[in-house]
Amino acid sequence: MVTFTVEDHDGNRQSIEAPDDMGLSLMEVLKASEYPVLATCGGMALCATCHIEVLEGKNGLGEATDVELDQLEALPEYFPTSRLACQIRISEELDGAIIKLRGEDN
Amino acid sequence: MITTDICIIGAGPVGLFAVFEAGLLKMRCHLVDALPQVGGQLSEIYPQKPIYDIPGYPEVKAQELVDNLMDQIKPFKPTFSLGERIDHLSKQEDGSYTLTTNDKTQIHAQVVVIAGGLGCFEPRKPVLENLETFEGKGVAYMVKNPEQFRDKKVILAGGGDSALDWAIYLSDVAKRVTLVHRNETFRGAPDSAAKVFDLANQGKIDLILSANLKELGGNGHLASVFLEDKAKSKIKIETDYLIPLFGLSPKLGPIADWGLTVDRNAIEVDTRDYSTGVERIYAIGDINTYPGKLKLILCGFHEAAIMMQSAFKYVYPDQKLSFKYTTVNGVNSF
Repeated sequence: MVTFTVEDHDGNRQSIEAPDDMGLSLMEVLKASEYPVLATCGGMALCATCHIEVLEGKNGLGEATDVELDQLEALPEYFPTSRLACQIRISEELDGAIIKLRGEDN
Repeated sequence: MITTDICIIGAGPVGLFAVFEAGLLKMRCHLVDALPQVGGQLSEIYPQKPIYDIPGYPEVKAQELVDNLMDQIKPFKPTFSLGERIDHLSKQEDGSYTLTTNDKTQIHAQVVVIAGGLGCFEPRKPVLENLETFEGKGVAYMVKNPEQFRDKKVILAGGGDSALDWAIYLSDVAKRVTLVHRNETFRGAPDSAAKVFDLANQGKIDLILSANLKELGGNGHLASVFLEDKAKSKIKIETDYLIPLFGLSPKLGPIADWGLTVDRNAIEVDTRDYSTGVERIYAIGDINTYPGKLKLILCGFHEAAIMMQSAFKYVYPDQKLSFKYTTVNGVNSF
């Protein structure tokens, strides 16, 4: 299990625990935790409705792929810390990270 | 007016297979899709990607699956309105529906099936305070007719292929083209990016990098756009048009206004027959939701089969439905 912190659109922070051995993505865990993440495309990095910012822990979470960057950089609002939650695997690197929800649709 | 038994909204894999299931029950289908070709996401977004979970196919390319589905439904002679979006739905006295597209095509059907997948792909809008007031009055999200911009001042915003391509194209048409991009580099095709830098050097395009849209100005019609550059200083540019090109995002579109129960961009259905809360309207594939829903093509196929058995009573109210296997009965074309 890994534990990380999620900040919602109102700035409220909550600690989330998730299994790191089930091949889950951060997007799936956010949805399962009842956060308003649409994830319309189902995790194919096509819709950018799971846009998040990694406030802490960025270096441990790997680099965004080209497909992901194509989506992110097309967004009207995009930060150096932006990622798509569907492209982040739940792994021990996520332990202690702080994630902030972003995106117009969420 | 097009008259059909069943109008299917969405010509993705599930919409296409629904034609087959309807055909076995002697029901005719007309399909409408906002995209100019059939296949939905499969043809539009990942035609060459392999799919591994279609029963009987260890591996099949997305476009190949679409081509095969088109072959499979050929006996049932489906008709299509492609590149059109259903905007209105009106219930007739006898319970049937008349649907109207954005191009004013009218379709009369006994049953409506929504197989809309992710929904319609609509342009993403930048967050600007008075953006809506200038929509259609200087702010456009796509270039439909380039001549509209002849001898006008145009600002394009974005860094993808469409921003680059239109900057290049409009540099010959418009009086002045300004391309605003928030980064120093472009992710679009390297050739197009090089061309844009060339045109900027020749003074044919104004290229403003590391800048963001901040504010719009104008009285009735857009007249100026304020940008903020890297040093956070404000730049004012006089313009006739602003075209933000920030890609497309899937939205439910007009379907959201049809009185259906919608949860997070998906339509709630009864799993007994994938009917919505509104009589004669069904929803199948990625656009529906129910407890345990999986967004899989194969689940959409299953939903299509069950759903058509239920729709039969509206198309043939006086007939009794008897279930037949294709191996026994064959596929009897129209």
